[in-house]
Amino acid sequence: MLSSSVLRLPSSILVQTVELAHSLLSGNRRALARGITIAETGGAPARALLSAVYPATGRAHIIGITGAPGAGKSTLVNSLALHWRRAGKTIGVIAVDPTSPFSGGAILGDRIRMQPLGGDPGIFIRSMASRGRLGGIARATGDAIALLDAAGFDIVLIETVGAGQSEVEIAGAAQTTLVIEVPGMGDDVQSIKAGILEIADIFVVNKADREGADALIGQLRAMLRLGGPPPDGWEPPIVPAIAIRDQGIAEIAAEIERHRAHLGASGQLAMRDRDRAGREFQRIIQEAALEQLRARYAGAAWDALVDHIAARELDPYTAAAQLLEPGVSK
Amino acid sequence: MGVAQPIPIPPPPSPYGVVYFRISQSCGKEREMDRKIRVLVAKPGLDGHDRGAKVIARALRDAGMEVIYTGLQQTPPMIVEAALQEDVDVIGLSILSGAHMTLLPKITQLLHDQGMDDVLVVAGGIISDADARTLMQQHGVAAVYGPGASTRDIVRYIQENVGTRKA
Repeated sequence: MLSSSVLRLPSSILVQTVELAHSLLSGNRRALARGITIAETGGAPARALLSAVYPATGRAHIIGITGAPGAGKSTLVNSLALHWRRAGKTIGVIAVDPTSPFSGGAILGDRIRMQPLGGDPGIFIRSMASRGRLGGIARATGDAIALLDAAGFDIVLIETVGAGQSEVEIAGAAQTTLVIEVPGMGDDVQSIKAGILEIADIFVVNKADREGADALIGQLRAMLRLGGPPPDGWEPPIVPAIAIRDQGIAEIAAEIERHRAHLGASGQLAMRDRDRAGREFQRIIQEAALEQLRARYAGAAWDALVDHIAARELDPYTAAAQLLEPGVSK
Repeated sequence: MGVAQPIPIPPPPSPYGVVYFRISQSCGKEREMDRKIRVLVAKPGLDGHDRGAKVIARALRDAGMEVIYTGLQQTPPMIVEAALQEDVDVIGLSILSGAHMTLLPKITQLLHDQGMDDVLVVAGGIISDADARTLMQQHGVAAVYGPGASTRDIVRYIQENVGTRKA
């Protein structure tokens, strides 16, 4: 647990943050909601909060659901959540939508498709804006996952837009990643080359009653065969579904369960979790280190440094070295 | 650390103590902190179309806010539960059906029960001046806008009044 001096946080705020953490961990939903906001806002209070809840993380099954806009992700999330609720599981849902690069604002409209989940205490839905991140998830999505995990939800579902080769960050955040495809959505050959298809642990062909569904399934199978035997022994299944009619939902849930069992049995779960812990740790160090440096070199001092760099009087690499290790000469 | 900002509002009275205090406000504007205004836009009751609500939602987005749009036919408990989960600063309610004197007090009462009096409640739609006064004076509604209101006025009102609600 971090001390107030290390965090550069007034101890009264630290006390409040720790109280919030306890409240969240004992199941208080308002504390959870406020905690996610603090994580999104960032800074020292966020670090204090996440530090306090970290020991309680690591239990939930973290599932990512991605695919092009209009593929039916939110509808599928709704159907899956209802299916799992009937089995007595609790679910936290994070729905990520893009932030406008022009205004910095966002319209977060995924909740509309999840109306039937409203009022159920076993479900918690949070909409997040990407806030400038381009990989498909927000900077604080990992933190929000940790908070939902720590709050005790059995399953944490992250729904995000993924249409091309760059929206693949979800695979790093989730243990099981579902890619939703829909027949007739443009050039299928093109879509087979996109990176998003490489991150799928499970493919869902939604709106499977549409024309072209069988052809799409065939193309996905052919693409998977082209890649050869998978290195980790998991052949991604292709599951047809009609989410809006609750068809295929039980099959998808079964495949998710099967994937989790495979991850456990093969040691993949521990390995991936360790990779994720390492990456997160590095990210946290980078943010904390930068913040500390910016606090030491604030305002005019920073501006002067940047002016020297822009005027070619100082190169940025030497400047960085000097900041990181004061006393290092050129 | 920087100069500590004065705390604009006291923590609202709630069974959960001071934990809902907006921590970011008291820490000042640290460079890496990313605070956005979050607004829930909802249409309670039986309204059939939501063109006006969507216009407002877009205007708020264009002003840099994060708008959670929940669509048509929301009940007061659904709206308050969504506002809780999304930890919004503002709830914008659009009511064209005339049921505002039933729906709005229910919503503000539920917010009060949850200790969420710091959420700004802004209403729009077909609401008479007399009803608007009653809603603002007696039922915790912060502002009421009629059909001709400019989105710029609504945006500015929100920006100036977020986080200033008395408990």
